[in-house]
Amino acid sequence: MKINLTINGKSRTLEIHPSETLLETLRNNGFNGVKFGCGTGDCGACVILLNGEPVNSCQILTAAVEAESITTIEGIGSMDKPHPIQEELVKAGAIQCGYCTPGIVLSAYALLKSNLNPSIDEIKNGIDSHLCRCTGYVKIIEGIKNAAERMSSSPKHCFGNKSQ
Amino acid sequence: MKMRNNASRYKSDNDMKVVGKSVEKIDSLSLSTGGARFYNDFHFPDEGYVKFLYSPHAHAKILSIDASKAKSLNGVIDILHYGNVPRILHTTAGQGYPEPSPYDAVMFDSTMRFVGDRVAAVFAETPEIAEEAISKIKVDYEVLPALFDFEKAIEKNAPIIHPENDKKYLIPAYYEPQRNIVAKVEINIGNLEKGLEESDFTFDEIFYTHYGSHAMIEPHGVVTYLDENNRLTIITATQVPFHVRRICAHVLQIPIKKIHVIKPRIGGGFGGKQEVFLEYIAGLFTLRTGKPAKIVFTRKEVFRSSRTRNPVRTRIKSGLKKDGTIHALSLDALMNTGAYGSHGLTVLSNVGSKALPLINKAPHQSFKGISVYTNLPIGGAYRGYGATQSYFALGQMMDIMARKIGIDLLEFYKENTIKSGESSPIFEKLGEGREGVKMSIKSCGLEECIDAGAKEIGWYSKRGKGIKNGTRVHGVGMACMMQGSGIPKVDMGAAYMKMNEDGSFNLQIGATDLGTGSDTVLGQIAAETVGVDIEDILVKSSDTDFTPFDVGAYASSTTYISGEAVRKCAFKIKEQILNIAAEMSKQPVESLKINDKKVIWDNGSINLGDICTYAMYQENQFQIQATASNISQVSPPPFSAHFVEVEIDTETGDLKVIKYVAAVDCGMAINPKLAEGQIEGSVLNGISWALTEEYRFNKKGAMLNADFGRYKLFTAADIPEMKTILIPTDEPTGPYGAKSVGEVAINGPAPAIANAIYDAIGIRFHSLPITVEKIFQELPYSDFIMTYK
Repeated sequence: MKINLTINGKSRTLEIHPSETLLETLRNNGFNGVKFGCGTGDCGACVILLNGEPVNSCQILTAAVEAESITTIEGIGSMDKPHPIQEELVKAGAIQCGYCTPGIVLSAYALLKSNLNPSIDEIKNGIDSHLCRCTGYVKIIEGIKNAAERMSSSPKHCFGNKSQ
Repeated sequence: MKMRNNASRYKSDNDMKVVGKSVEKIDSLSLSTGGARFYNDFHFPDEGYVKFLYSPHAHAKILSIDASKAKSLNGVIDILHYGNVPRILHTTAGQGYPEPSPYDAVMFDSTMRFVGDRVAAVFAETPEIAEEAISKIKVDYEVLPALFDFEKAIEKNAPIIHPENDKKYLIPAYYEPQRNIVAKVEINIGNLEKGLEESDFTFDEIFYTHYGSHAMIEPHGVVTYLDENNRLTIITATQVPFHVRRICAHVLQIPIKKIHVIKPRIGGGFGGKQEVFLEYIAGLFTLRTGKPAKIVFTRKEVFRSSRTRNPVRTRIKSGLKKDGTIHALSLDALMNTGAYGSHGLTVLSNVGSKALPLINKAPHQSFKGISVYTNLPIGGAYRGYGATQSYFALGQMMDIMARKIGIDLLEFYKENTIKSGESSPIFEKLGEGREGVKMSIKSCGLEECIDAGAKEIGWYSKRGKGIKNGTRVHGVGMACMMQGSGIPKVDMGAAYMKMNEDGSFNLQIGATDLGTGSDTVLGQIAAETVGVDIEDILVKSSDTDFTPFDVGAYASSTTYISGEAVRKCAFKIKEQILNIAAEMSKQPVESLKINDKKVIWDNGSINLGDICTYAMYQENQFQIQATASNISQVSPPPFSAHFVEVEIDTETGDLKVIKYVAAVDCGMAINPKLAEGQIEGSVLNGISWALTEEYRFNKKGAMLNADFGRYKLFTAADIPEMKTILIPTDEPTGPYGAKSVGEVAINGPAPAIANAIYDAIGIRFHSLPITVEKIFQELPYSDFIMTYK
């Protein structure tokens, strides 16, 4: 079947199988930053933003999101133009294996979009649906805190126009 | 340019510019933007997918397999099972050759030894077709009696898991599969019985540690294909690319030269990806069909069918003199290796060898260990590697002894632990699967770790105070530990470096970065040694065609072993650069230094790029390049002291870890932030394993909770306040004074928390995990709580 979606601000028409998950659709179409970690919605490696809200893409059938708007890690920043959240995670030493990172960046993005002055507890709750086995979360929390502080000076530039 | 064998040589010229600095991890931006590629991000147009059929029985004989219906399914390319593959004995342990693990595994067998043992594999055009085909394979089993209780493994009438008589070690090692014995180790220092008799107090306790999953977020997997020359290329999530190549060549019975292994970015390993058990299956499908083959493990498969932490029962005996000196100490370990004996000897050895030397002053010591088969999931390498298991026992025994004679636990540790300049006979008597090496400690910051940690946790204001907060009571505990840095005389790492015309350098290393940051750390060592920035070092690692050999990422070896190979290699490069600069400048070589991307002397300088260009194009042309290998004769331990404060609800048993402090002597931290990251990750993994993670089995030996919903890892909202303190020491045998940091800190949480729980409620827990339910059940027996009320 065919489905129309907006991915990172661009309209796309994709050929999908009716039983396909959004995780599979995105990975099949080159969005490799969406990661498979558990398939049960427990680890957060496959988190994307659906209409701006973080969701586990392994738990969503693509056929159910016709005409909706999706943001993947590829829509947040790039090597040439990284997002402040990505840069601050790098600076904080928050990235070890990096497999959980794309999902965490997206959850942090959604958190900071609604709250640019989060407490440490709010940050912890904001990324609580993600598992990271490498870092103990300490430096991830620090990186998001630093990103929030940096972004609060110019929030407009930090939440782009890519339909998030 | 003569090298002195002393770490201070590095600092004599100028201060460190790259080493000791928290430079950004070189792959972290590409990881954070989603562009970095893991094995599953390599796609091939005609790739097929592999799915497995697993045994539903813990112990069974396959009487017949009928795969005809599966084979006839549209889209099924090939099927493998014991009936159509050669029976090549091997070990999946992913260790150096000859492996200190028994050759007891084959690709597919007719005997199933645990729920999750593989019966067959289907190769199909889509994963869905492969799954469907799996459901159509008909297998007749003769179900055999199963062995689940590892304490009964060597009883007379126990089911025998590996009765075949061709299974063996390649090395001289005790192996008695007819009694389910995978390995046996025994060493004695002094005379234990005499030591216990001479002691004023004796102690005898038994502790149990449980199964654990590495739970790396990227599941295991591999993709294989034939390159344009029909060589088998294996892109795999591995910690040991060169061992993958060697083991696949053996199991597939093809020459090593026909195999090319590439390790891309890896989503965590922690020992779990040291095992080589998927690569040769994808490889065989590719060899048989010519098609690229991909295996992506599900999380359930990771839990059930990959590898785990070996459960261990440790009986610990000790003898104590009135003055607080430990006079006798013994560990008697029984280890469950599960259905296959991968790492069964070496993890067992480390239960003794990584713990007993810490208490080196006890003249009478003994270690006895037996590893046994059961019909349960397979044990293997897991961060801490036996030490985590033994420190649960030793760390609590230290607390028990100190309390018995009323001495402060910190003083007790300081009096009884190993110091710089001292040795332990254990180092020489007990290695990994063989004798160890004689060594004395040249760097030890344990006392400083104890002092710094005690200060940070507020030890003396909280210990034994029973501080209350409504129905909740606080307690503090601590434990000390050590590990090693590589396997002496065994682990080898090599590096290659060459120079480019812009003054940049390619650093090629066999060492394997599985998310630890070793590419960055090794790049820092190269940059520091040559005298350039980290940005000028282009690091490529873990490609069996393009990088030199390295044993891989295990045994806390990379920074210490491979790092010294890089330092030696970069030093040769520096010598070449200075010699050319001397020729170009007509200055004596002794007067030249590299600084700020130039060779400088009193009144002149040449850009590094110009030196390379000269060497390539001008006179006596040659490539500025070098290679170096490194092994170590010793394995200097990193030391650590951990402190924890817990709060327990005296009505419900609810336990909250309030604060965790890990003070670590890892020598010189080449990259302090990455070192802290290793410690923080280890600590949380250790806390989570000690309190909530648990393999639950049904009566048939099947794991019931093989998903993250029911196997509980700590999340961000669960974490305590965590404080990491690096205590710098200078290890003269390590690159720039470095020792290891990857494993030591996972050994602390279980004993430190158990000791803190005792401090709070006076209950001693002898088995893991220490769940809220277990605490609740014990609360009525707490004398402390009676006192508080």
